[in-house]
Amino acid sequence: MSTVKVNQKARKRAKATDKLATVLIVTFAMAIVAILLGLLGFILFRGLGHISWNFLTSVPQTMRAGGGIGPQLFNSLFLLFLTMLITVPLGLGAGIYMSEYAKPGKLTNFIRLVVEVLSSFPSIVIGLFGLLLLVNTFNLGFSLLSGALALTIFNLPLMVRITEQAFAGVPKEQKEAGLALGLSKWKIITSIMLPVAIPSLITGTILASGRVFGEAAALLFTAGMSTPPLDFTNWNPFSPRSPINPLRPAETLAVYIWKVNSEGIAPDATQIAAGASAVLVIMVLIFNLLARFLGRTLYRYMTASRRMS
Amino acid sequence: MEQSNTTPREARRRAWPMEKHRVEDWIGRIYTSICVVFLIAVIISIVYFVTSKGVATFAVNGVSLKEFFLGTNWNPQADTPSFGALPFITGSFMVTLLAALIASPLSISAALFMTEIVPSFGKRILQPAIELLSGIPSVVYGFIGLSVIVPFLREHVGGQGIGIGAGALVLSIMILPTITSVAADALASLPRGLREASYALGATRWQTIYRVVLPTVMPALLTGIVLGMARAFGEALAVQMVIGNSPHIPTSLLESASTLTSVITLGMGNTAMGSIQNNALWSMALVLMLMTFVFVLIIRLLERRNRL
Amino acid sequence: MALPFSTEDLSIYYGEYQAVKNISMSFPAQSVTALIGPSGCGKSTFLRSLNRMNDEIAGSRTTGHIWMDGIDLTASSTDVIKLRQRIGMVWQRPNPFFKSIYENIAFGPRYYGTKNRKQLDEIVESSLRKAALWDEVKDRLKESALSLSGGQQQRLCIARALSVTPQILLLDEPASALDPVSTGKVEELISELKDELRIVIVTHNMQQAARVSNYTAYFYLGKLMEHGETDTIFTNPTQQSTQDYIMGRFG
Repeated sequence: MSTVKVNQKARKRAKATDKLATVLIVTFAMAIVAILLGLLGFILFRGLGHISWNFLTSVPQTMRAGGGIGPQLFNSLFLLFLTMLITVPLGLGAGIYMSEYAKPGKLTNFIRLVVEVLSSFPSIVIGLFGLLLLVNTFNLGFSLLSGALALTIFNLPLMVRITEQAFAGVPKEQKEAGLALGLSKWKIITSIMLPVAIPSLITGTILASGRVFGEAAALLFTAGMSTPPLDFTNWNPFSPRSPINPLRPAETLAVYIWKVNSEGIAPDATQIAAGASAVLVIMVLIFNLLARFLGRTLYRYMTASRRMS
Repeated sequence: MEQSNTTPREARRRAWPMEKHRVEDWIGRIYTSICVVFLIAVIISIVYFVTSKGVATFAVNGVSLKEFFLGTNWNPQADTPSFGALPFITGSFMVTLLAALIASPLSISAALFMTEIVPSFGKRILQPAIELLSGIPSVVYGFIGLSVIVPFLREHVGGQGIGIGAGALVLSIMILPTITSVAADALASLPRGLREASYALGATRWQTIYRVVLPTVMPALLTGIVLGMARAFGEALAVQMVIGNSPHIPTSLLESASTLTSVITLGMGNTAMGSIQNNALWSMALVLMLMTFVFVLIIRLLERRNRL
Repeated sequence: MALPFSTEDLSIYYGEYQAVKNISMSFPAQSVTALIGPSGCGKSTFLRSLNRMNDEIAGSRTTGHIWMDGIDLTASSTDVIKLRQRIGMVWQRPNPFFKSIYENIAFGPRYYGTKNRKQLDEIVESSLRKAALWDEVKDRLKESALSLSGGQQQRLCIARALSVTPQILLLDEPASALDPVSTGKVEELISELKDELRIVIVTHNMQQAARVSNYTAYFYLGKLMEHGETDTIFTNPTQQSTQDYIMGRFG
């Protein structure tokens, strides 16, 4: 009789604790969601008012109000393009090696450690390394190329992981079918497995692009903190005023936000920072949605009963 | 038989001539190997250059290890320069630990909420939202800190607003998504039967979480926290924007301070390559790199425990 | 000319474990040989060793010989890829490439050197006809192979194997994942194809083995217990264990 009573008491207490814990968890979780969404909303809310076609295309002003972010936006996009041009082939190769060629053993473990360490390096350290090796030793100067190479180092481990996972996700029956048909291993990788891996490769690559797009610390001392006056009618890559000259310095949007915040003296510096931050966040949002959308569409395209080439 | 007067090699070549599939496999092997060699070359050269530059402060410029790691006076431009980096090392550790202290309970609650309380909603809506937030650039977090957190602290708490507390808050917001998504992944990968067995015994949800779920995923949760700390420790710009950048050990959370990363960020552009002032910054980069190794080591140890 | 195809003292190890024990048997031309036996008896492993697919499994090791046209397929010097071009294989679960129906068939021949579009078209049609799939898919050759039903996918895989005119076809329980109607079609197909090539089929289904094969080999615990004409094995087995298995007393 009394043990039942004790049990009931314990149960009641357990239930009360449960309720309290649930309330706490929900409160904390809601607090997080509120904080994050609030901050994000704040950025967009404050910045959106400042975004206009003029803001997106005109050149920045140091002393006067009314400057834009045109060159910075272009630099960010062009630098992203250059970075991916270098990173994707390297990351694909190394990722394919890890998933298809590496045999379990000391060497493979070592490469895995390398990828893990490289992906945890602070980006400022990668920036310093870029300054020392690319800018000074290789004499590339503060340039798009130095920046792209530094971002390659920053992004490569992620690209390797994305590739490795995408290939690991290909059903092994696909590989077997290729083997039994007498295809070479490389032919199987490029013609049988790669098309199956493409949706997750694209998704991963676009998400990685978002990360590259917003990176600043690795670029301060590689791509530089200034942009020469650009002539958007000059597409000769060797001309110093050409926007596509890879050896010119190029301040990106993220770097510009940092610079405006720490040393901006234009009267509307805060609004410019807000507008530029909003643009950056919107770009990351676009990358994110694009990644999900493309990944899903491509997968459906491959498996659906629709005409394909 | 008829092949008896030819060597086995010739017979083989006649039967299976050298063909494109061999060439293809060579191309594949060489291409992928070059990429891996590049990867290894990169890490080796980073480690080599950062180490050799970072050691130069002590080996070439004769700054003592004791002064660098224990000295509290940083004044590299003075006539008799001093290179005490302790304030920055302390600053880095303080913001990192504070950020982890603030972010961990919140993140783990969020992960529990997503996986244990509203699993389907969590998976469909919250998980993508968290992933999105982890992609927000750090300069944006720095700007948020500068335009929201700093004014808030100034008006409601006191002081200048900028300082070690603001730095820790910005970093904690930045690492929330990191810890949350690692924790949520770990919780979601638990076998369903584990929880059901506990519920079947009459345990409440909290009892199940507290006694069964959390102990099982503890190593993974710690991994998430360490990953977040590694990110916080290495973050440069977001912290630099809000911490105040004064070179001394703060005595209160509202006091201006510096971290290793913020000093490098501000100093690297103003010092000549090869000078003692510049080398001292490289020594800080070396400390950052060594801490990266420590974080990776801890994560590896935790993962090993997780597998057992 | 029929090519001699046989194994000699063939053993396969996974680490220390010997999965297939010293098997010597030959596969006559223009015939179907069924490999039967309880699960884990080594028949699938044996089948997979015939085109050296076991090479892909880490830790596997093969001793003995597989003879094809006077060449030892197990020799380390043998070009595995060229070998596999002469031995087709179809699995339990259909595994079409993530490509169009046409591409699934044309891929192999094109890789072997047929670039002419018209020739490829012909190969695609004749392979699909041989696999009794042409009439069902001739109007949708450009659609994804994954839009086909399971039974159609399996016949597509057979057509894919036939597209490169192999001399030997290895079938690993090709009908066990299919519905009865598709199973019937695949069995019919096997009977028709044996006039052109040697077929080796692993099956768990005794009726199927009796229906489609000319020769039957009974495997037990990695050993070849009995091998002979299917009629003889099914009506008058010499071993007690064979009889027990066929009668469904175990396995």
